[in-house]
Amino acid sequence: MKRDYLLFILFALLVYAVPTFFKGGYLLNVLVFMGINTMLAVALNLLLGFAGQISLGHASFFGLGAYCSGILTATYGFNPWLTMVIAAAGVGLLAFGLGFPILKLKGHYLAMATLGFGIIVYIVLNETVALTGGPSGLSGIPNLKIGTLLFDGDLKNYYLIWTFALVTMLLSINLAHSRIGRALRAIHDSEVASRVMGVNARLLKVQIFSLSAVISAVAGGLYAHTMSFISPASFGFNFSVELVTMVVIGGLGSIFGSFLGAALLTILPELLRVVQDYDIVVYGLLLIVMTMYMPKGLAGGVAACWRLLRSKKVKAVENAQG
Amino acid sequence: MLRVEGVTQIFGGLTALEDVSFRVGKGAITGVIGPNGAGKTTLFNIITGLYTQTGGKVFLEEADISGFPPERLAPRGLVRTFQNIEMFHQMTVLENVLVGLHSRSRSGILSCLLKLPRQLAEERRMREEAHTWLEFCGIADLGGVEAGALPFGKCRLVEIARAMAVNPRILLMDEPAAGLNSRETADLELLIRKIRDMGVTVVLVEHDMELVMDICDAIVVLNLGKKLAEGTPRQIQENPDVIKAYLGEG
Amino acid sequence: MDLLPQLTQYAFSGLSTGAIYALIGLGFAIIYNSTGIINFAQGEFVMLGGVLTHFFLMVLKFPLVVSMAVAILVATAIGVAFERLTIRPLKRPTPLSMVIITIGGSIFIRGVAMLIWGKDTHSLPPFSGNEPLVIAGATVMPQHLWIFGLTLLVIAANKYFFYYTISGKAMRACSYNRTAASLVGIDVRRMVFLSFAISSAMGAMAGIIIAPLTMTAYDVGVMLGLKGFCAAIIGGMSSGFGTVLGGLLLGLLESLGAGLISSGYKDAIAFIILLLILFIRPQGLFSKAQTERV
Repeated sequence: MKRDYLLFILFALLVYAVPTFFKGGYLLNVLVFMGINTMLAVALNLLLGFAGQISLGHASFFGLGAYCSGILTATYGFNPWLTMVIAAAGVGLLAFGLGFPILKLKGHYLAMATLGFGIIVYIVLNETVALTGGPSGLSGIPNLKIGTLLFDGDLKNYYLIWTFALVTMLLSINLAHSRIGRALRAIHDSEVASRVMGVNARLLKVQIFSLSAVISAVAGGLYAHTMSFISPASFGFNFSVELVTMVVIGGLGSIFGSFLGAALLTILPELLRVVQDYDIVVYGLLLIVMTMYMPKGLAGGVAACWRLLRSKKVKAVENAQG
Repeated sequence: MLRVEGVTQIFGGLTALEDVSFRVGKGAITGVIGPNGAGKTTLFNIITGLYTQTGGKVFLEEADISGFPPERLAPRGLVRTFQNIEMFHQMTVLENVLVGLHSRSRSGILSCLLKLPRQLAEERRMREEAHTWLEFCGIADLGGVEAGALPFGKCRLVEIARAMAVNPRILLMDEPAAGLNSRETADLELLIRKIRDMGVTVVLVEHDMELVMDICDAIVVLNLGKKLAEGTPRQIQENPDVIKAYLGEG
Repeated sequence: MDLLPQLTQYAFSGLSTGAIYALIGLGFAIIYNSTGIINFAQGEFVMLGGVLTHFFLMVLKFPLVVSMAVAILVATAIGVAFERLTIRPLKRPTPLSMVIITIGGSIFIRGVAMLIWGKDTHSLPPFSGNEPLVIAGATVMPQHLWIFGLTLLVIAANKYFFYYTISGKAMRACSYNRTAASLVGIDVRRMVFLSFAISSAMGAMAGIIIAPLTMTAYDVGVMLGLKGFCAAIIGGMSSGFGTVLGGLLLGLLESLGAGLISSGYKDAIAFIILLLILFIRPQGLFSKAQTERV
């Protein structure tokens, strides 16, 4: 537990130090996306990694957050901070209402139902042209502003997004080490036993589903206000699958793992840009291979290496001593 | 303490339990025995809210708890263990016991997210109590071990520690001795007595007759979904119907 | 245009896409019943059927029937290889890992198809000309009739296989109770293998017969696969009549909805039905509820 917080402090310092080393706009831009993806992956991990409930429709909460915030500011001239709160609350309520029937389902059925919901949202975003601008997207979304500080450049956005991402990570670490985090993992391992212990599994699943949706909606708002332009294509089924990939590759139930997964999946397409279109083949392979051979993901792999190194060191010391 | 009244359970066309009634005395150890397929586990699943019975009622200290889901029974002090151990195997032993304290702690999602001072204090109290339950079950040294890595016998003990953390008034144990060697069974017997001596009512389904006859104050015998007999261990041992049911007709 | 012929028109096109959904849905149900897995890659075999037939027919210039047969064979081989390489080696399969692995497989197959055949859509020529027939005032493509005929044939063959052959009966036994089946000497692994073979072949078949109507491309599998799943859910995951009815019903509703309400929301109809059924009657429209045993 203490190790998690220590790691977090080191990580936060690193995150804030990064821009002093990389002044380049392109790289910072990639890192901004990485921050948003980290938020989304951590949010999904609360549901998928902790409670063990899959969602193949999480991109829709991200999209609804982005569109809600985007439309209210670009079309109706609301204050961006206010709209982000409205978007988060609205999406949270929607998820809460949807959560009761949808989380009654288990395994494959839950996967299909969330997927279906995601596709419905995607279709609605495309079809309500008058409101959303349809497939050609919504533009002219204003940047966020604190006093006179307007978040318009890559550097400013970097600090903005990563502050949100770090707060998300910290809160999730807190949750992981609390009675709620334990109850969620208990549901994952044995829902029946968790209920016998007095965990209201049904309500808790819905609550965590809503929390996860709220964080995704905030990430959506941030995305809309930093990009100034959004279109439904960013919030489709493929992105939902990409989010699941991040969480699985990073390691189910590991907050830092979600960062690793998000980082890998943000950088990978940039690296594979030379050999365009190969990225989806690589995703597919990664999903299969990781699930089969590294079910604890990158985080699990790193932890295993660490333990191995330490035990070798201990042995080496023992050998040296006699 | 616990009263089962005319409970009937029908699966599809199959009658698993038919009009079963009995009482469990306060502070006693009651055994539920019967040949395989007698409906013992089904009965447990009904009492603990995992199944909703087709007919009949269950009372806990005169309060009707029929149809209550398990998460509402835990705060009322009714807990169970499972025949094929339902461990939270990806969590440590200590965390398993901490889940047992769930219904007795209050912090909501928000205070857990923000780590409010009250939540921190509660967390500290919970950890202290969880340790006392590990000690109670003689597994204080296993707190940091991942539950999935434990041998079977230890899992039983973790399950009991976890159930005790709920602070039960009545504890239902589904075949607690299954899969244990004779030494572990002897230790289990001591532990069950210790639990009873704390004033917790114990109900157990068990196949190990030696254990049942030794430890139980009262016994209920089920056969083919019906109550066959009820009485003290001595009465049950001498009951001709029971002997017939166990040894077969003729 | 009068309403009646128009409705007939919608009915014909709805039923023919419905037949396709039924075939795909049966593929889902067959694998689910013998393994407990929902194969998210099911739609990719539909895509493979169409794309491979196009490849053999238009690029390698094989005759139509040969192209179809080879395409089905290749798709089946890929399906079997998929099961061998990813699902069989898994030691402790959980629903979650199965969902993720089959999604991974689906992305992988789609990606490889894109790399080989590109992102263009391809059209297949109809099996017997483009001359529309007029039935009850509605114009009907001969391809529709092919779809009905071949679907019926596949369903009949399916029925025969499951009820009159030893392997088929063994597979049904597996779907009722896998442990019991293996106790009486049924090789469960062979049944899993067979179920993947059959459902990839059926998926490929569906992909081939619909390609002349809707064109085919590397990414058609996603939507078709999901619609097939809806069909299976409406039918309560039965590997028989229920799923066929579910597919036809879905096709009809979609076609009527697109024609009478709005074509933009056509794809949403299937998913709204899916959600409603999962929420209200998860056991499907045509079957009785079962008690879940703990």
